[in-house]
Amino acid sequence: MSGETEDMPLGGIIIKPGSTTENKTGGWRTFKPIVEPAKCVKCGICEKFCPEGIIDIDPEKGAVMNYDYCKGCGICAHECPTKAITMILEKK
Amino acid sequence: MVKKILEASHAVAEAVKLCRPQVLGMYPITPSTHIPERLSEFVNNGEMDAKLIRVEAEFSAISSIVGASAAGSRVFTATSSQGLALMNEVLYAASGMRLPIVMVVANRALSAPINIWNDWQDAISERENGWIQFFVESSQEAVDTIIQAYKIAEDERVYNPVIVNIDGFYLTHVYEPVDIPDQEQVDNFLPPLNYKYKLDPTNPKTHGPFAYPVPYAKLKKRNFEDFHSFTPIIKEVHDDFAKEFGRSYGDGVIEEYKNDRPYVILTMGSLSGTVKEFVDSRDDVGLVRLRQYRPFPFEEVRNALEGKEMVLVVEKDVAFGSRSGAVFLDLRNALFDMKDKPRINNGIGGVGGTDITREDLGKAIDELKNKDGEIYWFEMRG
Repeated sequence: MSGETEDMPLGGIIIKPGSTTENKTGGWRTFKPIVEPAKCVKCGICEKFCPEGIIDIDPEKGAVMNYDYCKGCGICAHECPTKAITMILEKK
Repeated sequence: MVKKILEASHAVAEAVKLCRPQVLGMYPITPSTHIPERLSEFVNNGEMDAKLIRVEAEFSAISSIVGASAAGSRVFTATSSQGLALMNEVLYAASGMRLPIVMVVANRALSAPINIWNDWQDAISERENGWIQFFVESSQEAVDTIIQAYKIAEDERVYNPVIVNIDGFYLTHVYEPVDIPDQEQVDNFLPPLNYKYKLDPTNPKTHGPFAYPVPYAKLKKRNFEDFHSFTPIIKEVHDDFAKEFGRSYGDGVIEEYKNDRPYVILTMGSLSGTVKEFVDSRDDVGLVRLRQYRPFPFEEVRNALEGKEMVLVVEKDVAFGSRSGAVFLDLRNALFDMKDKPRINNGIGGVGGTDITREDLGKAIDELKNKDGEIYWFEMRG
C-alpha cells in the first residue's frame, strides 16, 4: 500500500485491483539495465525472462525497459544472446 | 432449550455446531483435545456440514482458517498453551487483517518445564496481539460466549478475531448441567456470515498487502483506536443475547458479585466460582470478575472499584520484567489517575495447576488488607 494521504481501509484490505501499478518500485534498484539498440536483435528472450514483466519489444527500438518498476535484478542482461544489455551502477 | 449434563469441552463443541462454522482447522492439544475430537465426530456422523482440515500443527490450523475466513467462511479452531504459542505469528496476521475468526483457548501452563495443567500464561502472553479475549466462569458461559463471539466478530463495526478462554481441566474436563439452545434460536440470533471483504475472483481484493512505513503506522493506529471502540458493541450483543436466551453475565464486560463491600477480589475465569463461595462466607469482601480481558474494560472497572478500601487482583500468570501479574498492570493503569483510589495488591497463584482455595483467599485478604502494591504468592499446593 502507498496510502500516504488517504484514510486507511479496515484491515488494510485493498478493495480495488491494480494498486501495485500505483507504487513505483523502480527505486529499489541498485543496477540499471541499459540496452544498446544497435546490438538488440529483438528476439524477445529478455522480455520472457523478466520476472517483473517490465520489458516490451518495440519493432523499431528493440527492448524497451519500464524503469518505474525495474528492480535491477540483471536477469535480462544475463540472458541476452547478443550482450545488448549492460547493468550499470545507478547514481541517485 | 434442553438441559444436559455435559463435559464443558463437549458443551463447547455443541455450541460451535449450533453456530454452523463452514471450515474447521484444528490440531488436538491437552486440555483442548476433547473439543476437536467431538467436532470431528459431528462432521464424520454428518451432523455438521463443515470442511474439517486435518493439519499437521497449530501454525497450519490457524493459517488454514485465516485463508478460509478471508474467503468468507465462518471458521473455528481450538487450542492450548504451546499450540497457541505456535500460532503466534499468524494471530497478528489475523487481527491485522481484521478477520472474523473465533477460537477457543483451553488455558494451560507454558513449557518449560512441561506441564499440562491450568494457568493463564498462554492467553496472557497473547495480550498485545489485537484479538478480543473473554474469560468464562462456567460451561454455560462458555456456550453462550461462543455464540456471542461469532456475533461480535462478524459485526461490520467490529470485524475482529475473538478468543474465548476456558480454564483447562477446571472447566474443560468438568461435567456440569448446561442449557444447549435450540438450533432455530441460534439461527435467528446468528444469521449466515456475509463477510463484506471476502476474496472473490469476480470482485478482486487484496488481504495483507505490503505497506510502506507511513501506511503501516496509520493502519496500526486505526486498529488501536478501533479496538477500544468494541466494548459498547460487545455489551450490545450481550444484551441482545440476554433478551433472546434469558441469560446474562454482568454487563457483558465485567460481573460484580456482592460488590457493596470495602474489599474486593478482582479475577477472571473459573476461579471466580471459588471466589464467590469465599465471598459468601464473609461480610467484608466482594468480587469483580473480568469477563472481557481484551480490550481491558477501563471505565467499567474504575466505576466498580470507586470508593473501595483495597482490591486484590488474583491471577494465574506473571508479566516477566514488570514485577507483577499482567492483569495487575492493567488495573493499576486504569486506577492511576482516580481520586481516592483503593489500595491495590497482586495475588499470584494457580500457576501450573496449583490450588487456590477459599482458605487461601481468606489468608491473602487478611494479610493484605492494609497493604498497598504487594506482590503476594499464594501457597503452592496441588
